[in-house]
Amino acid sequence: MVQRQQEYVLRAVEERNVKLVRLWFTDVLGQLKSVAISPVELETALEEGVHFDGSAIDGFSRIQESDVLAKPDPTTFELLPWAEGGNTARMFCDIFSQDGDPFEGDPRQVLRRNLEAAHQTGYSFFVAPEMEFFYFADGEPTHTPKLLDSGSYFDLTTSDVASDLRRETISVLETMGIPVEYSFHEDSPSQHEIDLRYTDAMSMADQIMTFRLVVRELALERGRFASFMPKPLEGMQGSGMHLHLSLFEKDANAFHDPEAEFALSKVARQFMAGLLVHAREITAVTNQLVNSYKRLVVGFEAPVWVTWAQNNRSALIRVPVTKADKPSSTRVEYRSPDPACNPYLAFSVILAAGMEGIRQEYDLPAQTTRNIFELTAEEMSDLGVHPLPQSLAEALDVMEQSKLVHDALGSHIFEWFLRNKRSEWRAYKSHVSQWELERYLPSW
Amino acid sequence: MDSNETFLVFPDPAPPDLVRCLDLGGYRWKTAAGAEAVRNGNESGETWTGAIVAADTQPEAAWALCRELRRGDVATEPLLVLISGAQLDELGSADDLFDDFIITPFHPRELEARLKHLLWRAGRGARPEVVNYGPIELNLETYQAMIDGRPLDLTYMEYELLRFLTANPGRVFTRETLLNRVWGYEYYGGARTVDVHVRRLRAKLGEEHANLIQTVRSVGYKLGQSRWKE
Repeated sequence: MVQRQQEYVLRAVEERNVKLVRLWFTDVLGQLKSVAISPVELETALEEGVHFDGSAIDGFSRIQESDVLAKPDPTTFELLPWAEGGNTARMFCDIFSQDGDPFEGDPRQVLRRNLEAAHQTGYSFFVAPEMEFFYFADGEPTHTPKLLDSGSYFDLTTSDVASDLRRETISVLETMGIPVEYSFHEDSPSQHEIDLRYTDAMSMADQIMTFRLVVRELALERGRFASFMPKPLEGMQGSGMHLHLSLFEKDANAFHDPEAEFALSKVARQFMAGLLVHAREITAVTNQLVNSYKRLVVGFEAPVWVTWAQNNRSALIRVPVTKADKPSSTRVEYRSPDPACNPYLAFSVILAAGMEGIRQEYDLPAQTTRNIFELTAEEMSDLGVHPLPQSLAEALDVMEQSKLVHDALGSHIFEWFLRNKRSEWRAYKSHVSQWELERYLPSW
Repeated sequence: MDSNETFLVFPDPAPPDLVRCLDLGGYRWKTAAGAEAVRNGNESGETWTGAIVAADTQPEAAWALCRELRRGDVATEPLLVLISGAQLDELGSADDLFDDFIITPFHPRELEARLKHLLWRAGRGARPEVVNYGPIELNLETYQAMIDGRPLDLTYMEYELLRFLTANPGRVFTRETLLNRVWGYEYYGGARTVDVHVRRLRAKLGEEHANLIQTVRSVGYKLGQSRWKE
């Protein structure tokens, strides 16, 4: 099989006149990295992999050993229809260390290990994300981002540039085998949402990496700027990445039980309970920027409290209503992640939390049916409901104590991530903002 | 490729390892229930590229079928028989009924090599080079797919799935069958994998042609309409 796949890739490169093959991988922070090779180097690359110095990659570096081996995954071979006259192709890589073991600093290997573990207990993990982002006039960080339109939710009369751009983006995504479920103009001006159809978690993490690149590249071609920053504009809705999650046991949706309340099986309830119990621990990974926590505030439909509810958009976990005759679509929606996360690592910790719930047979607490945005902190506390971490610093403190996150990420990434993010927080903490000057300078 | 460039395969249903091998090799095939079915087919002018007869499970019916294939105006050849090791003695009395044989369980490479060689000896091309249906055209030699004459860039599994469906138009396949035949036994994604790949294929075929692959409710998928009279 592997041999046929390699042969297929080699023939496609020849027949489609591919001039450049980009070998893609992802650093620990979720930035896409690429090593370009020419078609003549491809056969060797497929068979033996490509050596490179990992010390320049965030989260890869180690003092003793910096050389790593990137092995292209031939099943991910795709042409990049927009790039360099369509003569460029890409493949995702798995990274190995010098001794041939999966490299601990490679997020794709981390997800593979977590998926393997779930598979050992009979489950495969499926994900469908709702990708939110903004189109701005430019990406210049010295001024507040300029909006392209003043449209709002499902608006049909919005500025054409952004809508054309979104349409074109969807067409490129579909050409690359990334099927789109829905797309629309979001609540905020210039904000858009594209929902991807569910697939296995590994393919989906690859698709999200591709998605972010396609959206940004096509915007740049049109002289615009697309941003996945979680909260680029104060006072407006931020960009989230709600994740629709399900586990399949062979061909059956393990979350579905037609007899049970909300058609949620015991497995689904335990998975949700696992997510709730460990939500605070995994938040640093699903929301990894200082800026992420400016989205997770009251008043903008982003979750703030660790709760679940059937169809309540203020809850952390929502159970979408599904048609009775479509058992495969029973799923839970996890609403805190934002599109600036590393999808491989985010999926890893989310899966680990859910699987822990199944393993330990956690009980799912009662759902919170009241609009939790209207409750006071005391009322929430009386209900036994905790808030999500309020800042990156708090999220890192909780994560540092978590064996679950440590085991899911592995020591290498766990330690590097904490170090890197602590330093990000330190840089932020010492910054004196415009807000502070305006508020304090006149009176103090 | 003409619709008569099809291998006859016995028994019905065909052994799964044989099916997989033929599908992967891009050969078109159709099963025959036995000698009588072949006789009826011959009378209505049905011809075959060759035949592959598995004689290891129902030897008597298999040899009867071989005899039938060698009769008639045009004898069907090449004829490859699959036998178990214990049947080697039977070969002596059936010398004229086959062109070559393989002992089961066989290695897929061996089957492919023998078929190729038999076809070459019979003065025919190695294997069909192009499979098409409607706007879809697949070049099996270069692995290239076209839709309406423009290139369609597919991943390996998308290509294999499209090839399988295109080579068997109008036939409904369950997700399980597609998993077994296209992905092979070593794959463990479950039937969701099939759904996911069908969606990707439809996305790549584009809005205009997405409905070439139809979902058959509670059964599976099919591509287009059959070209054989069922």
